[in-house]
Amino acid sequence: MSNRPIRFYFRGAVVEVDDVATTRTVLDWLREDARCTGTKEGCNEGDCGACTVVVGELPAGDGREVVGGLKLTTANACIQYLPMLDGKALFTVEDVGGGVERPLHPVQRAMVDCHGSQCGFCTPGFVMSLWATYQHHVARGARPSRQALADALSGNLCRCTGYRPILDAGERMFDAPAAALDTGPVVAALEGLRSEETFRYAPACGGELVAPRTLEALAAERLARPDARLLAGCTDIGLWTNKQLRDLPALLYVGAVDALKRVEARDGVLSIGAGASLEAAWRALAARWPALTEVWLRFAGVPVRNAGTMGGNVANGSPIGDSAPVLMALDADLVLRRGDRVRRLPLADFYTGYMQNRLEPGELLQAIEVPLESAAQVRAYKISKRFDCDISAVCAGLAIEIGDDGRVRAARFGLGGLAAVVKRAYATEAAVVGRPWDEATLLSAQQAFAGEFAPLTDVRGSAAWRLQVARNLLRRFWLETRPDAPLGAADVSVWAAREPEAP
Amino acid sequence: MKNRQQRVGVSRPHESAHLHVTGSAPFTDDLPELAGTVHLALGLSPVAHGRLLGVDVEAVRALPGVLAVLTAADIPGANDCGPVIHDDPILADGVVHYLGQPVFAVVATTRELARRAAARAREVVRVEPLPALLTPLEAHAAGRYVLPPMHLVRGDARAAIETAPRRLSGTFEVGGQEQFYLEGHIAYAVPREDDGMLVQCSTQHPSEMQHTVAHCLGVASHRVQVECRRMGGGFGGKESQSAVFACIAALAARKLRRPAKLRVDRDDDFLVTGRRHCFHYEYEVGYDDDGRVLGAELTMVSRAGYSADLSGPVMTRAMCHFDNAYWLPDVAIHGYSARTNTQSNTAFRGFGGPQGAIAIENILDTIARRLGRDALDVRRLNFYGPSDATDGRNVTPYGQPIPDNIIEPLTRELEAVSDYRRRREEIAAYNATSPVLKRGLALTPVKFGISFNLVHLNQAGALVHVYTDGSVLVNHGGTEMGQGLNTKVAQVVAHELGVDFEAVRVTATDTAKVANTSATAASTGSDLNGKAAEDAARQIRLRLAAFAAERYGVAASDVRFADGRVTVGAVKTMAFRELVGEAYMGRVQLWSDGFYATPGLSWDRETMQGRPFFYFAYGAAVSEVVVDTLTGEWRLLAAHVIHDAGRSLNPAIDIGQIEGAFIQGMGWLTTEELVWHPNDGSSRAGLLLTHAPSTYKIPTANDCPPVFDVRLWKDGDNVSDTIHRSKATGEPPLLLPFAVFYAIRDAISAAGGHRVDPPLTAPATSEAILRALEAVTSS
Repeated sequence: MSNRPIRFYFRGAVVEVDDVATTRTVLDWLREDARCTGTKEGCNEGDCGACTVVVGELPAGDGREVVGGLKLTTANACIQYLPMLDGKALFTVEDVGGGVERPLHPVQRAMVDCHGSQCGFCTPGFVMSLWATYQHHVARGARPSRQALADALSGNLCRCTGYRPILDAGERMFDAPAAALDTGPVVAALEGLRSEETFRYAPACGGELVAPRTLEALAAERLARPDARLLAGCTDIGLWTNKQLRDLPALLYVGAVDALKRVEARDGVLSIGAGASLEAAWRALAARWPALTEVWLRFAGVPVRNAGTMGGNVANGSPIGDSAPVLMALDADLVLRRGDRVRRLPLADFYTGYMQNRLEPGELLQAIEVPLESAAQVRAYKISKRFDCDISAVCAGLAIEIGDDGRVRAARFGLGGLAAVVKRAYATEAAVVGRPWDEATLLSAQQAFAGEFAPLTDVRGSAAWRLQVARNLLRRFWLETRPDAPLGAADVSVWAAREPEAP
Repeated sequence: MKNRQQRVGVSRPHESAHLHVTGSAPFTDDLPELAGTVHLALGLSPVAHGRLLGVDVEAVRALPGVLAVLTAADIPGANDCGPVIHDDPILADGVVHYLGQPVFAVVATTRELARRAAARAREVVRVEPLPALLTPLEAHAAGRYVLPPMHLVRGDARAAIETAPRRLSGTFEVGGQEQFYLEGHIAYAVPREDDGMLVQCSTQHPSEMQHTVAHCLGVASHRVQVECRRMGGGFGGKESQSAVFACIAALAARKLRRPAKLRVDRDDDFLVTGRRHCFHYEYEVGYDDDGRVLGAELTMVSRAGYSADLSGPVMTRAMCHFDNAYWLPDVAIHGYSARTNTQSNTAFRGFGGPQGAIAIENILDTIARRLGRDALDVRRLNFYGPSDATDGRNVTPYGQPIPDNIIEPLTRELEAVSDYRRRREEIAAYNATSPVLKRGLALTPVKFGISFNLVHLNQAGALVHVYTDGSVLVNHGGTEMGQGLNTKVAQVVAHELGVDFEAVRVTATDTAKVANTSATAASTGSDLNGKAAEDAARQIRLRLAAFAAERYGVAASDVRFADGRVTVGAVKTMAFRELVGEAYMGRVQLWSDGFYATPGLSWDRETMQGRPFFYFAYGAAVSEVVVDTLTGEWRLLAAHVIHDAGRSLNPAIDIGQIEGAFIQGMGWLTTEELVWHPNDGSSRAGLLLTHAPSTYKIPTANDCPPVFDVRLWKDGDNVSDTIHRSKATGEPPLLLPFAVFYAIRDAISAAGGHRVDPPLTAPATSEAILRALEAVTSS
């Protein structure tokens, strides 16, 4: 274990910081300590994207695209603690272009030419999201579709423009001669910072953050520090400190363990390391089950999906997390580790109450395993006020397997937003198994469903509406999967609807 | 004067665009902090209504980093920041009126420590709870208003309704809306010599901030200077309600004799300040068999919140926009601004206009459905008559004739451009065979009056300096919040002086430069400040022309300014800079003030009659949506807009205003929902639950429709003598997305075979849509 300052690459050199609290955010450090005020604070909770920065890392085997030897992903600086940057590179709007010596980068030029800024406050965040998109596409000589651009901007709010000119800029930025990031010096600097040793940051101003590099070291630290708060993507914990002003004296950071970030298919399962980003995990799931793409794209905004982990989403156990309903439908198991002991538990058995689960003291989530060999038809539906970056009122992961005799062989219905925990609708499943997948069966399933959940009324919707929508989603699922004349997605989902031709 | 190269009427990027994209456009929080700066956070009322027994100040003062705790007792001057009626304490005194009301302010060494200390409010504020009124209808029933009820009447609405062949009565409601400027409220106060105070503040109304801070500190206005270079969005939310932050920052700076910054966290911004008023409507209408409205009576109840703020003017504008684009022969409109124990609602783009106009749109949509007619045909049937009408069909209920009604030709053009009729047929065919998804289509018009209803506010001033190198500096009373005001004003000045746009620079709005300015509001920014700046620049140009005429022996009228050069009759041409240099040596004043007061306005508050608007702006939109009948989810497939910007000063900026307002208005009517904890006796009663972007959902990039065709009205002009005959575009387009709401309503109606009028209210969340779907399919 090495006690030392935080070291990261910033503005062309490695900087060391040893005098900030462990929970000092990257944004506060930038604005208040480094006095780099280009990056803005809009909401301080990862929802508006005004603070979007780009983080560069050496590849970690998580299947994410690499640009010139560097993994480049957007993040919300307001919910990233500075020590989490250790060993990484930080890029902000000031790095992109412009100023005294440099011309505007094509991203910036296009934003000016397309009238993509009005008040200008959200603009640096948009520039960073577009810059990351630009770097990924330029590296492989491709251009994103307009739809892909909109999806890439799902974590950035603009209140002035209505977005059309920003999407125009996203298209136009590729018209200028390419201006790819020179990643060489960054990669070299990060290579120089690479270490297998556990990093311990314990500043004089208080707090301690421990960041092991290997799974074994992490498991050992967890065992030794059962009361330390496990920190992964900081997309939820960041709000505990930013909004609730809680003290987190001891943090055990899992994000430096590369082995925990792997997403790989082996032995008939898709193994999602608990430290794999939501983006990497959903990408892999959607590759196997394309019907999951919509929920993937609607899960938070891009910067949150880049930073947050699926393991964190599952272990955190929010009743409105969107991973668990889908993973339950996919019959996922959790791999739990305590010291050297590894055990498996079906995800459906993991939660015991509101934000409570079967993890033992000193134990941690190591991986999520999803069986790949499945004959089930799978769909995932998310209902929220807004398409992008919203929290579900209801999230349904639905899987059904129909035998050759036309009868339901197996069904797994995972529901979020309807109870204190995400859970399987066992009674509803029982109402369909063994019966033909016809409308009569659907009706009895809907009836069983009503007795199985008693949701709450909150800002996202009333209890009655939640129940009604969930029951109607069963109908949508039936319409899509019934053996007799199933409907296509374009017939049942507004999101799949064909775009009308411009008259 | 003839320009080869145009300065006005051309699309130029925003004057700060190059700074925005590089992160080098400083907002208030980005300005360098002076040594010794202290930071503030607000302790908020934990209850919706209560008698304030005291604040345990010592307990807060003992917390780490805390330098001082300020309460109402620390205010040396007036504890008031109400813009119209003085019912708005800066810090609560005696009574707390809503959950979130500032009760005390913590001054600490860092912002974080100030926030931590202020968060103890629930423990240190001692309150004896009082009964709270949390909804406008409760307050209306109890007769609790912030202002006396208002009535606008023409003819005999009752008689017209009662003798009409058909009658309709009903209720409707629209929700409020958070401004959600991306830059939250902030003020940075720096003490100056001799009781002076400089306040850097994100505000649409520096003069009001100056006066309010002066009253709060008990000093004359000349000791307070307020400056604002730019805001990260305002939308009305920083018109009056920046005052509480400006005053408290100044109070701390004064007490501690140190620079003091108050930047509130987003959640506190939501909890402390008000927003767009939600409205409840009750109406009765008489109409004929074709759908012509013969008489209408409307009662509107708004949620004013705990104090008057701008609720009176908002209700006035709502009442003056109930007619929208329609002739209503006999009409009676009643407005009630209900006093609730919630945040004090305030200005938001449209300022009541959208709330007034949507009521008549709902009525006409319903009439059309009852008659089985296309809603566009019924709308069109009710349009105001031509401007030269002699039958009175061109006069608004408040007595102002409409001089340039273009709504009929504009709508006709949009109908053709959007292929409305063909799509109507296609949608009917689609709906006939689509079991789950239904499509809807709607076209809605906009007529919006431009000027402050209050006549005296329609004035502006500007200062233009020409330096000896020919560069030009402009200062005016308007504020830049992203709308491109500074860009347009610079274009006007460049045009007037015949210089390049780049030769003109606009600087921060500053109460020490132009005095007694009006808020940048009511869409009047360019109209007022553009004219004032033109006046200033013109005086300089005339002086230069006179100087050149005398020096070179030509007529002043033969001295022409264009493209950065001056043509002095047939004698010579010279660089603008050269003439300026000569004029300086000739001791000519190279700077000037300018002033403008909109002519011909009148308004009688009692009778609600007069000529409150200098002119009207028009527009119309078509929207097509698809709605999921199982979940209430919907998506905007296409939007077509034609909007009237007169002779646009900057088409790109005006298009940006129109598109931005369209999406913003769409958010108001669909996804943006405000929820307060109900009056259930719990300590959370009255808590605004949607107080951050995690729970309050404004549109994102994926809500921008795949087809978004926005055009300026090709024959745009202005019969009134506005700046270069342009029209304001700030607020009017906020009404365009009515078309989205009524397209959703149309799709819901289709789900019921167009047999039942959908009881849809706004915001049309998926839940509200599903509720309306249930109603049309179950009956």
